[in-house]
Amino acid sequence: MFKRWLRNTSIATLMALAPLPSFAQDTPRQGGDIIVTYKDDIATLDPAIGYDWVNWSMIKSLYSRLMDYEPGTANLVPSLAETFGVSDDGLTYTFKLRKGVKFTNGREVVASDVKYSIERAVNPKTQGPGAGFFGSIKGYEEVTGSKTTTLEGVETPDDATVIFHLSRPDATFLHVLAINFASVVPHEAVEAAGGDFGKKPVGSGTFMLKDWTIGQRLVFERNPDYFVKDMPHIDKFTVEVGQEPLVALLRLQKGEVDIAGDGIPPAKFLEIKNSPDGPNMIVDGQQLHTGYVTLNTRVKPLDNVKVRQALNMAVNKDRITRILNGRATAANQPLPPLMPGYDKSYTGYAYDVEKAKALLAEAGFPDGFETVLYSTNTDPQPRIAQAIQQDLAAVGVKAEVRALAQANVIAAGGTEGEAPMIWSGGMAWIADFPDPSNFYGPILGCSGAVAGGWNWSWYCNPDIDKRAVAADSMSDPAKVAERSGTWGKIFTDIMADAPWIPVINERRVVAKSLRMGGADNIYIDPTRVINYDAIYVKQ
Amino acid sequence: MAFLILRRLVQTALILLGVAAITFLLLYALPADPARMIAGRSATAQTVANIRRELGLDQPLLVQFWAYLQGIVHGDLGRSYAQKTDVGALIAARIPATLLLMAAGILVEVVLGLTLGIMAALRRGGPVDRVVMMASFVGVSAPQFVVALLLLYIFAVTLGWLPMSGFGTAAHVVLPAATLGILGAGWYARMVRSAMIDVLNQDYVRTARAKGLSSARIVLRHALPNALLPIIAMIGIDIGQFMGGVVVVEAVYGWPGIGQLAWQAIQQVDIPIIMGVTLVSALAIVLGNLIADIIAPLIDPRIRAQ
Repeated sequence: MFKRWLRNTSIATLMALAPLPSFAQDTPRQGGDIIVTYKDDIATLDPAIGYDWVNWSMIKSLYSRLMDYEPGTANLVPSLAETFGVSDDGLTYTFKLRKGVKFTNGREVVASDVKYSIERAVNPKTQGPGAGFFGSIKGYEEVTGSKTTTLEGVETPDDATVIFHLSRPDATFLHVLAINFASVVPHEAVEAAGGDFGKKPVGSGTFMLKDWTIGQRLVFERNPDYFVKDMPHIDKFTVEVGQEPLVALLRLQKGEVDIAGDGIPPAKFLEIKNSPDGPNMIVDGQQLHTGYVTLNTRVKPLDNVKVRQALNMAVNKDRITRILNGRATAANQPLPPLMPGYDKSYTGYAYDVEKAKALLAEAGFPDGFETVLYSTNTDPQPRIAQAIQQDLAAVGVKAEVRALAQANVIAAGGTEGEAPMIWSGGMAWIADFPDPSNFYGPILGCSGAVAGGWNWSWYCNPDIDKRAVAADSMSDPAKVAERSGTWGKIFTDIMADAPWIPVINERRVVAKSLRMGGADNIYIDPTRVINYDAIYVKQ
Repeated sequence: MAFLILRRLVQTALILLGVAAITFLLLYALPADPARMIAGRSATAQTVANIRRELGLDQPLLVQFWAYLQGIVHGDLGRSYAQKTDVGALIAARIPATLLLMAAGILVEVVLGLTLGIMAALRRGGPVDRVVMMASFVGVSAPQFVVALLLLYIFAVTLGWLPMSGFGTAAHVVLPAATLGILGAGWYARMVRSAMIDVLNQDYVRTARAKGLSSARIVLRHALPNALLPIIAMIGIDIGQFMGGVVVVEAVYGWPGIGQLAWQAIQQVDIPIIMGVTLVSALAIVLGNLIADIIAPLIDPRIRAQ
């Protein structure tokens, strides 16, 4: 059954999806306490529930998962798993666990913990947002339908073996096992916490939570028994919450803070950047993000493909990158450049006002038309929406900007026939894992074009949908490159239908003190933002 | 007195019920769907539906409200949607910080307001009066976030005398309390000034002066207590005012109080926390007024006589 059974760490590197520069320039030093600040309180550290970009990186470090990524890259590697194998039909995944890995409560991690943790993430009672990621596991429907609490498709023949049976081939499955929702938790700690596991987390990751003073600080200490030698590098990090980004930045400049997690307020960005120490304090990194305008294919006159193409030519994307102080680059396709499958040779629709006008006239709108552009109401999104509004006016399209609270925009987008155009800034889309399929299903596929969905273009092309299913069935690790190419073609073909105006790929900014070491891509790690495992203190 | 308190307690319960009903209705009418917010962007429609059912959000409004009221009666404010933990515990953990901030803020405004108000009243029309009145006008008008950032910049960033942000030592409380207090101090200075001017023109003050009492004794022993009554009532109202002010001040200074909690919850549509903080704030306002009503007769025998 397992012809291609071999697999160890070295084979996994074959799966390298997007090789990036190596992450450490000099040898990381062991030790050091650092202080990290955030504006908002940490919502929860329960891996089945936490789903914001702040707790995401902390949960990554508190727990371990069968699979993980090499720091700073999108390269999948086995983590809690020592080896793994995939059956030829792509329907069975078998994992052998590392021996001797312990939870921080002292108990050894066994196969049934993996099964328990994933079942917990899927169980509706947990109210976890990530249940859907496990949709390809056999028996998923029965659990989400509350018929049972155990997943038929997860088998644990012994303490060191976990076998997953899928109901359909899912080439993203190894990524699914690397996302936070697949983190392994000890059932006894979950039960002991009595519904408060998010405040009393226990895992087997690089750090453990030592203290949590609500509204003030969380103290994470290095897990001395972590199963990878010399990981993590720092002894301790204290997260101070409730810190305004501006105040955090001032404290950082005074040396009281090591990482200002919320980055640099736009008004301060150039000042810091041009200061003598600026370049060493600003980490400005690419992330798996694309900001776009959705063109609702079910609203007139945007149902006309020529109109959508014309609008694609009307937007001056370079001007928008300037609104963001250059913290973004112009995009021409749905996938961001860091994502496997991104087509470098694709040029998209160039900015061309005259051509846009001509195409609009051809479509029967020589004098343009009136429409509505939605946007969230937090800076800088309304300013970007206004820039787009001006660009559209230049080709005769009068768009009313409706800047609303995020929740209201999302609600409008998910209501059929409601929002003709939405600027996605501040809401979408950052990939959950570095696989191109994550940019399709929910936001461009037919399955997302439903009430309450995130496919705000309401674009549904059955032909593309079929090709997407086919691409996701290519689970053979040897076919990774071919699969990425297939996906890349899908996205550029989608652009022929022009359901979006891809506008920018936004970079994230983190500010760090001068004593912090490590390459930029571990402060803005594509799969976890700040990689607490890999950062270190210099000297 | 006992009757007064009893009557006030019944009123308090009714007010809280009203506040609960109105807040609940408003939050229910929001177009934002909490289940959607919790589920995040990658959740399937089924996941969202499951979350909605687990939270009881698929129930009719009245059923939800009734369940919520039952919880309150049992001292249960529900569980936070986003943090998945007891709202009561979250609020309780943050109340001491807010109370401390409010107490310090009241101290600042009373001390500052009384001193300036008396000085202005005694030097009516003079340069001191004019400077104080001008300053109080600025204090009353300046938005709190501006005052907060200004103080922060001067005393923490430039001079480095005080910590910029956080909680724990006495030094941490100075700037937030000053920010809160400056606004109130302006009001107090103006009120004390006019009340003192009234009192200083009364016959008994002239009598006291004629008796040859020292100026300090006249002001502190005879005039001030009579001018103080409106101030006491105002402190009660202030507690309500502060509930609004602490949101801004706590956010700027990273003060771990309930204002900060409310602010974060609003952004996440975390309805149980918003409800909980609203109710606790309403309770604080009502209690503040009650305390003012109880203290007033202790200070002013004329009210006792009634």
